[in-house]
Amino acid sequence: MNMPTNDTRVSRDDDFATHRVAATSAATIAPLKLLYWSVRRELWENRSLYLGPPLVAGVLLFAVVANAIYDGGKADHLINSAIALDPTREAAVFGSLTIGSLSAITAMMLIITVFIVGALYCLDALNGERRDRSILFWKSLPVSDLITVLSKAAIPLVVLPLVALASIVGMHLCMLVFTSAVQLLYGQSGALPWTRAPFFQNALVLLYGLATLALWHAPIYAWLLLVSSWAKRSVLLWAVLPPLVLAAIEGITLGKSYFASLLAHRLGGSPADVFPFKMIDSKGGISPQISSLSELDPLTFLTMPALWGGLAFAAACIAAAVWLRRRREPI
Amino acid sequence: MACIHARGLRRHYGKNVALDGIDLNINEGRIVGLIGPNGAGKSTALNAILGLSPYEGELTVLGHNPWTARDQLMRDVSFIADVAVLPRWMRVSQALDYVAGVHPRFDRAKAAKFLAKTSIPSTASVRELSKGMAVQLHLCLIMAIDAKLLVLDEPTLGLDILYRKQFYDSLLNDYFDHQRTIVVTTHQVEEVQHILTDVMFINRGRIVLDSSMEHFEQRFAEVMVHPEQAAAARSRGPIHERQVFGRSIFLFDGATRDELAAFGEVRTPGIADLFVAVIGNETTETKSSKGVAA
Repeated sequence: MNMPTNDTRVSRDDDFATHRVAATSAATIAPLKLLYWSVRRELWENRSLYLGPPLVAGVLLFAVVANAIYDGGKADHLINSAIALDPTREAAVFGSLTIGSLSAITAMMLIITVFIVGALYCLDALNGERRDRSILFWKSLPVSDLITVLSKAAIPLVVLPLVALASIVGMHLCMLVFTSAVQLLYGQSGALPWTRAPFFQNALVLLYGLATLALWHAPIYAWLLLVSSWAKRSVLLWAVLPPLVLAAIEGITLGKSYFASLLAHRLGGSPADVFPFKMIDSKGGISPQISSLSELDPLTFLTMPALWGGLAFAAACIAAAVWLRRRREPI
Repeated sequence: MACIHARGLRRHYGKNVALDGIDLNINEGRIVGLIGPNGAGKSTALNAILGLSPYEGELTVLGHNPWTARDQLMRDVSFIADVAVLPRWMRVSQALDYVAGVHPRFDRAKAAKFLAKTSIPSTASVRELSKGMAVQLHLCLIMAIDAKLLVLDEPTLGLDILYRKQFYDSLLNDYFDHQRTIVVTTHQVEEVQHILTDVMFINRGRIVLDSSMEHFEQRFAEVMVHPEQAAAARSRGPIHERQVFGRSIFLFDGATRDELAAFGEVRTPGIADLFVAVIGNETTETKSSKGVAA
């Protein structure tokens, strides 16, 4: 407007128009915030992701403690004899197992649980939204397919390892408190189990192990997400059969088992590649203890060609899942 | 400014052509009814406009290519694709939180205000809501988004007549402000006729009628004729004739009201009646031409 005007209505319309234009250009939401809300909504939908692992930890804890109490008589004898033999020795609160090995066994059981939870989640992640047609609601909002798929991949790669960490650490804390209590009951210092199982060091080792395992298993989760976005039904079959058939064909026609061993190596994880110790020692006992954090060797892990090959495969699967999500319609 | 602009929009599934090169030009501030029989290509067209499916041809929605920039487009476009697409596990409060979290133009307070007018409890999950309530919830969310284009694909499917009336009333009273554009498809044509500014008929992947409502009212007229005058009226070349209580109702395209007044009372036809006439004629024409060819 070049001239001053008395017509307030016109100028208000003008203000309104500028306001609208300003709103158009400024109205974006940072990708990280979109990712945050997308992950949150995954957790709303799948409460088993964060309720399942702690529940399993609770059951394991209950079993361990109940077993110790039920075997009260035997334990009584064992604890007394252990103390008699060597007063500085850790008492056998959990029968013949030390708290260290018991921690390792329960931790492994929980890690397996979390792997299963993550795999089942991935199988349904991009299939379920097409089955219940809610994909039409998600797609009506300004969230790209890339952000959506990344948020779903973040569940097994970031969220579940953290849930596992919290569950295992909580479970071990309860076990240590229980052991201390029992030892105090027998007139010993309750501090012994805490020095035997260095709590914070173990938590850090666990975090390292979970992070490396997530990277190692990334191609499996990514493959499951891809199948979930592609298959119309029988997602589990489509996920499992092709690799099995491929391994079988390789065995029958070529007489080789390169692919099969690749699969087994990937699925079984490879603690030996990550940790500088063997999970099962020479006497057949489980004692995954390391004396200092400097024994961890991330460099060896990070320079493994198998790791990077797996991550490249995972990236390809994620890219394909993003591509498919754009094209796929409700089932 | 054109809100939706399409030239030669085409989509086929194998040999089956769902969209046969349609041209569209929908301007800002219109309420357009897209009317067509099942399988005519309505949803295919809307899916292309919303970036939900690929297409051939040229298509611009609010200056965006919907297929490559769906997420950007969705800042300015809202849609209700179908009933029952809200995830069943979601709680009402979660729906508000989530949309507020991801949508830059969502006004949470406004949505809460709309919700307060309904009987939807904020702690309920979608699973617990009746079909009508779920649609109401979706509409509350949509109406609180300051979008430029709203697309409704059979929004009232499966709702009873009270809900349907409420739905369109709140859409007109609380949402439409003459700057937004609304595109709606429905089979309940007579319920939307009074809110439309434009009407489009689509049949077998082609647009067969594209008219503003003002032009529609000038162009088409319907007259109820006594049997003795039926032959005279018929000679004027009506596009459709039907019998009601022993009298004939003729539908004319392009006849002036004055010349028709001689036959009886002239009125504007319902969209539904014109639809039956236009689409019905198309079907019989194809059948007879096929007959000739055979």
